[in-house]
Amino acid sequence: MARLELKAVDKCFGAVSCAKGVSLTVEPGEIVAVFGPSGSGKTVLLRMIAGMFEPDDGDILVGGRSIVDAPPEQRGIGMAFQNFALFPHMSARDNIASGLRATGASDIAAKVTAMSRLLKIEHVLGHRPRELSNGQKQRTALARALIGNPEVLLLDDPLRNVDAKLRYEMRLELPSLLRRSSAAALYVTQDYREAMAIADRIAVLINGRLVQVARPEEIYARPASVAVARLFGDPSINLSEVSPVADQGRLTAAIAGTEIMLDRNERETSTRQRCWLGVRPDDVVVTRQNSGGAIPARVVAITPMHERAVLLLRFADGSEWLAAMAPEALEAGADEEVFVQFAPEAALLFDHASGERIGLPPRRQAA
Amino acid sequence: MDHSSLAGRIFRGIALAMVLVFFMFPIVWILLMSFQTNEQILRIPPRILFEPTLANYEALISGQLRTAAGNLQISFMRNLMNSFLLSSASVILALLLGVPAAYAFARFKFRLGETIAFTLLSFRFAPPLLVLLPLSLYYQQLGLNDTYFGIVWVYQLIALPLILWIVRGYFEDISPDIEHAYRLAGHSWREAFTRIAVPLAGPGIAAAGLLSFIFCWNNFVFALILASADKQPVTVGALAFVTASGIQYGQIAAAIVLSVTPTLLLALYAQRYLVEGLSLGAVKG
Repeated sequence: MARLELKAVDKCFGAVSCAKGVSLTVEPGEIVAVFGPSGSGKTVLLRMIAGMFEPDDGDILVGGRSIVDAPPEQRGIGMAFQNFALFPHMSARDNIASGLRATGASDIAAKVTAMSRLLKIEHVLGHRPRELSNGQKQRTALARALIGNPEVLLLDDPLRNVDAKLRYEMRLELPSLLRRSSAAALYVTQDYREAMAIADRIAVLINGRLVQVARPEEIYARPASVAVARLFGDPSINLSEVSPVADQGRLTAAIAGTEIMLDRNERETSTRQRCWLGVRPDDVVVTRQNSGGAIPARVVAITPMHERAVLLLRFADGSEWLAAMAPEALEAGADEEVFVQFAPEAALLFDHASGERIGLPPRRQAA
Repeated sequence: MDHSSLAGRIFRGIALAMVLVFFMFPIVWILLMSFQTNEQILRIPPRILFEPTLANYEALISGQLRTAAGNLQISFMRNLMNSFLLSSASVILALLLGVPAAYAFARFKFRLGETIAFTLLSFRFAPPLLVLLPLSLYYQQLGLNDTYFGIVWVYQLIALPLILWIVRGYFEDISPDIEHAYRLAGHSWREAFTRIAVPLAGPGIAAAGLLSFIFCWNNFVFALILASADKQPVTVGALAFVTASGIQYGQIAAAIVLSVTPTLLLALYAQRYLVEGLSLGAVKG
């Protein structure tokens, strides 16, 4: 099988730049999620690989061979589209078989049956796309993308238009399905959970630039910038402006007037440099007794969210944080005075101007 | 409609009947006229009950028009054949040219694309009489006067813009991703056009083809000026019924019935395809 390589790919549409020097390598059998907010250029990137757009600059290689000048039908690519893009005038069987027919493969019927069994759609093979449910449509589209055993698989937010239950089902099924084919797979999504569930690595794309490419837990624990930190995590990360002070091997910062101990002085932080301090809501500990060094706060509201309780906390200076915990661990009720703490190693520091993370906090488990 | 009251149903029936009478009366009256002699038609007051005659149809089909001033040769059947030939050839040519052009305008942005498309549409704005004089001079120079090819060519002014603009809209409604998917499955763009785009735009192509057929069939002035007797369609040929000894209303009515029939049959036939395509849930559910 072949590896997919993007080399410094640039693409503009008029004044809008959709890809700026994007370089990425996907090994055969690897699933890389391209994750980013809408309009960040994810789909354009996929379409350049598929041959619908040509890159302005840079190169795209499959198995070391440039495919930039090849027409789509000669690129050896399978693709699943967000809107399914099934051929409405053909049965599901013909939809799936369309790729095999073009190459003149043998025993088409057997291959289609095997693939449809794998995707649990054998019973609807005779149906036209309009007679299929959204889930069946998506499975048909995936079967069509997978059946030709392509060297590169592109999945453009394939679970966007299916309902929540199916989405969870497919999140569990997809990784093994994709790995069977040992293709280099690029999976575009706007949902960080989906990216973390499916991908071996995640490429975070913001405004046409790859900001971070790393394993899912790495991105969650050590986001490269404030923007990445914000995109991963729900409820999203708490951010406060601080000016850390290094003193006698200790790093401290004031949040809402309370001195908080940060990590040991391993960070290359000069004192008085303004920073963003980020703490994930899951790492925030809320207690009713002040065991020293905690920030006083008031619980403004409590909302259940994804089997967790999310607390909206307001500090004395008016700034607000979120804390997330299991409902059993909830000590305080709404409108109560509480104390907020977090482990020093849970704190992430980002440069105030560039948004980039400062120093390397020690590794820890992803929540 | 079991929830509607009896009065409501009666009212709806009456309303439908009135609309039907309003639109169908002229056609029904012409149908009745075609079975009457000139004397019966010109009787005052007109009668619904009469003794039907096939004389009008006989005269048209045999080509012998008997008038008070003697027998006249008319070439109605030949005119009908001409209409059929000219309209079909024009629509086929316009489809061959217009469908690929419509696809190009729908899918690709190119320099002057919109200008060209609009110019083609603007042929429909100009009154035919305005272009007819220069056109007939050109045609004489080029030797295209009184040729089938010449008339088919000038009919492109009617058929091509219509097909281009209707079919373009249908192509634009097809998600380009469907074609992309077909190409990624290993097919060339030509196959994507013929096996995906054209079948999916089928109802639009049928509708545009039918409409342009009707417009070509009904055209009068182009053929009047540019064609002589043996190339004239029915619309021009009908002038023969205005004779020295009076207007042959019965034959005109019969001629109308005969000349409407092919278009009517075509419309009824094409109707199936028009409706079928509209229910193709193309992309999302």
